[in-house]
Amino acid sequence: MALLEAEDLVKHFPVQSGLFSRDRGRVSAVDGVSFAIERSQTLGLVGESGCGKSTTAKLVLKLEEPTAGVIRWEGRNLAELDGAGLREYRRSVQAVFQDPYASLNPRMRVGAIIAEPLVTNERLEASEVARRTGRLLDLVGLPARARDLFPHEFSGGQRQRIAIARALALEPRLVVLDEPVSALDVSIRAQILNLLRDLQAQLGLAYLFIAHDLAAVAHMSHTVAVMYLGKIVEIGDARAVAARPKHPYTQALFSAALPSHPDEQREEIILAGEVPSPLHPPAGCRFHPRCPHAMARCALDEPRLGPVNGRLTACHLYDAVTPEAAERG
Amino acid sequence: MSAPTPLLELRHLTTHYVSARGSRVVAAVEDVSLRLHAGETLGVVGESGSGKTTLALTILRLLPPAARIVRGEILFEGEDLMRKPDREMRRIRGKRIAMILQDPMASLNPLFTIGDQVAEPIRVHEGASRGSAWTRARDLLKAVKISAPETRVREYPHQMSGGMRQRIVGAIAISCEPRLLIADEPTTSLDVTIQAQYLRLLRDLQREHGLALIFITHNLGIVAKMCDHVAVMYAGRIVELGPTRRIFDAAAHPYTQALLESIPRLGDGQRRLAAIDGQPPDLAALPGGCPFHPRCTQVMDRCRADDPPAFDVADDHAARCWLAARDAR
Ligand SMILES: Nc1ncnc2c1ncn2[C@@H]1O[C@H](COP(=O)(O)OP(=O)(O)OP(=O)(O)O)[C@@H](O)[C@H]1O
Ligand SMILES: Nc1ncnc2c1ncn2[C@@H]1O[C@H](COP(=O)(O)OP(=O)(O)OP(=O)(O)O)[C@@H](O)[C@H]1O
Ligand code: SF4
Ligand code: SF4
Ligand SMILES: [Mg+2]
Ligand SMILES: [Mg+2]
Repeated sequence: MALLEAEDLVKHFPVQSGLFSRDRGRVSAVDGVSFAIERSQTLGLVGESGCGKSTTAKLVLKLEEPTAGVIRWEGRNLAELDGAGLREYRRSVQAVFQDPYASLNPRMRVGAIIAEPLVTNERLEASEVARRTGRLLDLVGLPARARDLFPHEFSGGQRQRIAIARALALEPRLVVLDEPVSALDVSIRAQILNLLRDLQAQLGLAYLFIAHDLAAVAHMSHTVAVMYLGKIVEIGDARAVAARPKHPYTQALFSAALPSHPDEQREEIILAGEVPSPLHPPAGCRFHPRCPHAMARCALDEPRLGPVNGRLTACHLYDAVTPEAAERG
Repeated sequence: MSAPTPLLELRHLTTHYVSARGSRVVAAVEDVSLRLHAGETLGVVGESGSGKTTLALTILRLLPPAARIVRGEILFEGEDLMRKPDREMRRIRGKRIAMILQDPMASLNPLFTIGDQVAEPIRVHEGASRGSAWTRARDLLKAVKISAPETRVREYPHQMSGGMRQRIVGAIAISCEPRLLIADEPTTSLDVTIQAQYLRLLRDLQREHGLALIFITHNLGIVAKMCDHVAVMYAGRIVELGPTRRIFDAAAHPYTQALLESIPRLGDGQRRLAAIDGQPPDLAALPGGCPFHPRCTQVMDRCRADDPPAFDVADDHAARCWLAARDAR
């Protein structure tokens, strides 16, 4: 049984379509998404800005309620948990968000910020709190004197480290990492990625890892899911998806990844147009207005996720093809 | 080799931030020397707080009040910008040297039309009439591939997509045909596809207008893709400077070597990253000797005592490290 399972998750946000209009449209931020997060494993989530990654994360964190669909934690439907069960769930699932400014109280000293979850959730002696705070500071690469300073006295990168230390304080079982290293120094990213992997190995942590840096996602994840306009278009083994993407959108996305050496200049697939608004997603395959391989039926029928080369891909190119043909595609 | 006069030459440039009572001095830029020729692209890469933005602001003489340019020369087209009166510096900024931020919303005013904002520098710097500045604005928008510029000039930033806003900021930056463009990328990574668009825009601007470009980034992938030379900054110093390919293949400075080892690469599987131990330095309390010595795996006795100067390790390639002194010619 997976640690966490999401089945056909949907999240619509109501929006006023015009300034004075009463018609309410809706944004389909997440539109029928299913995945599983295994114990001690990492599910990576990638896709363009606005495709629904953070909304998916918020659904997992119960910061948003799904419009439809089910989340199961160790087989139990979250919608059916009682108060104690929900409290336990919230403790077990922690998060590190993209924006370190929003999560740090500017009037609290860093030591207190990091210790806050410990103090509110566990009855610990002051000396133990201080010891753990010191260890967390050290883990995220901050000097011990940081505990007496305020967030504004740190660079953006250092502030994100404070947020990471805080999330790790309660030793959760699943950590939702929404862009956890994007704001960190390059030299510190590896420390944090290594740290996250060490913690995963030591404590059996599972991660939902969201990042724009595709190499970092591929590096951290066991499974990777690629989202486009609220849907998962490809999901499978992280290395296989990164090495041989099958969905045309995944192919374009990975072709735009930055090289790791000046000689490694990729053939960039330049997508026409902009990402359509999730207020009015295109009919058929949502990617069809920008897809270099679009066919007539792509504008009419929505492709379903189906097996292609040991992963799931939602694209008509792989309809009714033999496994060998899919291999060539 | 008859070297033409560089477009920009920095000699021993040193900028400090001094706290109100003078008790705390942050050595943000320390003894920086470099040359940049017309049409070249220099990547300035370094972690958060290493002094990249301060270096850019020093070149533009746009520093906040707490900053002091302690010593050094800034030769731009052969003239020392340090000696220019403020009035003349204002003319140079925007007209000869432009700076752009990757976050387009930080540079666009939501209350003014696109046309006003693109036309403004033309009116200010060239004294053009409103009509002719607007005509130029339309041409510039066309040059950065904004469709229907005649109607776009009357619209506001919120009516544009993210990619269009970036192009508008690009149009403003080139509106007075600068010779040098400084692009300061924020620490947080952006969406892969938007970043790819932005890099393409900068490259097109550079090619079409023969600009020299200083690309400030923390991302070695951007350097690999965009830059012909790299300056690696650490603790306010340029610790290594050379042609991009050489830096990637034969880095001489232990910090550069470690940085290259620490980034995840697509397709390298789950190899453990070589993290750089320790913390980024506190520029107000640098250790004696080489500022990298507390984190350096190759530290020697001498490194703790003396701060190394830059040594030439090959043509056009210098490193600030005592190890390079051995190989120096
Ligand atoms: N509270 C909300 N109300 C209305 N719309 C929302 C809300 N939250 C998100 N959205 C919309 O839902 C869509 C998905 O947003 P989400 O934040 O999940 O994207 P994302 O993939 O995390 O993007 P990014 O990479 O920029 O962080 C977007 O169109 C967004 O504007
Ligand atoms: N106004 C200021 N007053 C005092 N110190 C400052 C000021 N601005 C920057 N500093 C300090 O100067 C040093 C260099 O900062 P700078 O902003 O140039 O770094 P950076 O390389 O651009 O970093 P980042 O990648 O985070 O943008 C840092 O130690 C920073 O804390
Ligand atoms: S279904 Fe059609 S439009 Fe969609 S990705 Fe596949 S080929 Fe492209
Ligand atoms: S001078 Fe010494 S401490 Fe500094 S980088 Fe070189 S070897 Fe390392
Ligand atoms: Mg997000
Ligand atoms: Mg900066």
